[in-house]
Amino acid sequence: MTIPALRRYARALTRDAETADDLVQDTLVRALRSEHLFHGGDIRSWLYTILTNLNRNRLRSLARRPTLTVLGDDDAPDMAGPEAGSRDIERALASLVDDQRAALLLVVLEGLTYREVAEVQGVPIGTVMSRLARARAQIRAFLDGERPALRRVK
Amino acid sequence: MSERPLPVTEEELHAYVDGELPAERHSAVEAWLASHQDDAARVAAWRAQIEAIRARYGATATEPVPARLDLDRLMRRGRSWRTIAAAAAFAAFVFGGAAGWIVRGATGVGPSGFETFTLDAIDAHKLYAVEVRHPVEVPGSEADHLVQWLSKRVGYDLRAPDLKRLGLKLVGGRLLPGPTGAAAFFMYENTTGERFTIYSARSNGPDTAMRYNVSGKCSAFYWVDGDVAYVVSGQAEREELSKVAAAAYEQFDPRTAHKGNS
Repeated sequence: MTIPALRRYARALTRDAETADDLVQDTLVRALRSEHLFHGGDIRSWLYTILTNLNRNRLRSLARRPTLTVLGDDDAPDMAGPEAGSRDIERALASLVDDQRAALLLVVLEGLTYREVAEVQGVPIGTVMSRLARARAQIRAFLDGERPALRRVK
Repeated sequence: MSERPLPVTEEELHAYVDGELPAERHSAVEAWLASHQDDAARVAAWRAQIEAIRARYGATATEPVPARLDLDRLMRRGRSWRTIAAAAAFAAFVFGGAAGWIVRGATGVGPSGFETFTLDAIDAHKLYAVEVRHPVEVPGSEADHLVQWLSKRVGYDLRAPDLKRLGLKLVGGRLLPGPTGAAAFFMYENTTGERFTIYSARSNGPDTAMRYNVSGKCSAFYWVDGDVAYVVSGQAEREELSKVAAAAYEQFDPRTAHKGNS
């Protein structure tokens, strides 16, 4: 019951099914190495912590190798309907700073409390709150910017 | 006092949307939203975002989990049978979805091996960690002799883990009575004089993954490997103590002891 939730979080975090499952696999392998077994507390939070950190490392190493960075296929034509909505949210999430995206997803998709997210990200609750606020403002601005393109299709 | 409610902050709006607002502020926030259209529009937009995110990714959790994420398979690739034992306990929690997996007596062992053993070790820690002049019988400067002597007395190969990476110096060690015979006791110290101790003795308990126990200001990490139990005690925060325990664990593991890392 934890693994499907980890896959969901990873999918939203990376927006790529293969990359997401790679992350989950790395998370589980790391968790199974027993030297990492003893941080105590809630095991779910702990797995989210490992996954969040692994993803941060992944993005850092991608940044060091810019040629390997996978960009969204922005050339694809805009579509109307629910498909367009889900592509919009995907691209809006992609436009976020990594830590803001993780904070938002942990709260709204994974249902973690602010306190738990603070633990996962290793920051004070105030930082979680500001990441959340920035993420929401950015998504809103992004979607507002996208809207004219959709109207054109209508 | 006036009737005017306290103004609502942006943080409260987020907390409202995320179900983290204290109940007593609900009506204030709702009244605020009724009279502040901009904020009401923001809240509506945030809720729409939440719905869109859930609509887009929620279904991932209901897809069948691919074979490569199967815990059994991953476990079989583990380093050793002991890792597998630890992993099995871990898997039980993952599948059981239990929170707070490290609790006293969690596995129904009761106040037996685990409890008494760690409490013995914590008592020894409390007794000797405060000792200024005679904290140990053999000083860390004679580490080789200390390890040889204690190994002989406890009846298995010991080593005094090298914890320099964590800023800890070996103060030394001593021999103590253990639950079934002799126990070895190592003491470490950081530059501020904070002390950590490692207690090891034969144990007839089953192998366990790392466990955590608290007694007053002291806490301890405990594990059993084969027929030997180890307890790492200190007064530090759990996070810090866990690092010491992790480093000790790694070095007591004969498979990784001689490598720089694993």
